[in-house]
Amino acid sequence: MPEVRIRKIATAIEEIHHEGGPPAAVPLLRGAAMAVIANPYAGRYVADIQPFMEDLKPLGLELAQRLLAALGGDPRRIEGYGKGTLVGAGGELEHGALWHAPGGYAMREVLGGARAIVPSAKKVGGVGARLDVPVTHVNASYVRSHFDSMEVGLNDSPRADEMLVVLVMTTGPRVHSRSGGLEAADIKGEDGLR
Amino acid sequence: MSAQIRKIAVWVEETHREMGQEIAPPTRKAVAVAVIANPFAGQFVQDLTPLMEIGEELGGVLGARCVAALGITPAQAQSYGKAAMVGEAGELEHAAAILHPRLGAPLRKAVEKGAALVPSSKKMGGPGQVLDVPLGHKDAAYVRSHFDGIEVRMNDAPRATEIMVAVAVTDSGRPLPRVGGLTHNQAEGKDGLR
Repeated sequence: MPEVRIRKIATAIEEIHHEGGPPAAVPLLRGAAMAVIANPYAGRYVADIQPFMEDLKPLGLELAQRLLAALGGDPRRIEGYGKGTLVGAGGELEHGALWHAPGGYAMREVLGGARAIVPSAKKVGGVGARLDVPVTHVNASYVRSHFDSMEVGLNDSPRADEMLVVLVMTTGPRVHSRSGGLEAADIKGEDGLR
Repeated sequence: MSAQIRKIAVWVEETHREMGQEIAPPTRKAVAVAVIANPFAGQFVQDLTPLMEIGEELGGVLGARCVAALGITPAQAQSYGKAAMVGEAGELEHAAAILHPRLGAPLRKAVEKGAALVPSSKKMGGPGQVLDVPLGHKDAAYVRSHFDGIEVRMNDAPRATEIMVAVAVTDSGRPLPRVGGLTHNQAEGKDGLR
């Protein structure tokens, strides 16, 4: 089984006070934790890649815990989440899909059982590529106020034989949310959708 | 005048491995950015004192954010840097007013000591543009292993009437320094140079 070889870990936290409207009483936090790791399948076609999914689980937990800590440490404050992968040019898009299970389950575990599917983005890119990671409400995907995204990337990653895996969490709705739809206060939170 | 802050963002990067070499402990850099309103956007104003006051405020705030994000004591900080990017309705001199007259003293308080010049860069720019923050040893500018830089970029800043102000702090030098020169351990840190 290939080990997970980490070259870098980075966190990014944004504290958003306003966007031209009334300043928020409590600023919205939007955070990302990412790791740049060696892609064990770069440079060739490997049919059975699923073992690496298992190997990624501890990294998923590590990033989820770091991200929660950087956002203040209280899982009850986390209202939105998302995840993504940037695969270096020596790999294939399918390698990015290996992050779905370990990234998603790690966040659910750290947050104590969030119900909604974790939205995700993935692509192949070169050094300095940016990834827009989608964000939705942790318990009800249709909550319109929490549809958001966070751009991430590192100037020196991913190299051709690397992958950048990322988790994103937010502490609330968009700072001036006013586009209607299902509100967080009105959700049932049973089926992960409404 | 105090800063009208729209956003604050903090990034932390750790390098665990480079060119197949393990970096133990990992080298770590932090950079904190404030996106603020430019009080002089769209007009020529002779007296830039209000921007100097804003610089003084942000030197302390952003320096402390970096130290907190690294989880170090102020004395453990090894290098620092500062930079500003002015949105298109401002002028380059606005960056100079924030960065040079008063930002340094509170930053030095946040990292303890700081005998060396704080290296800096400035430019005009728009949302999504890259700002490279130079880094140099905080007590002895000639420490060669600590000449470095860190890139910051925010997809939504600076807008035309905003200024992005960045302060970077590290607890280490480059991951694999081997170009000689004065080292961290050799530095006396009295005159700010050696």
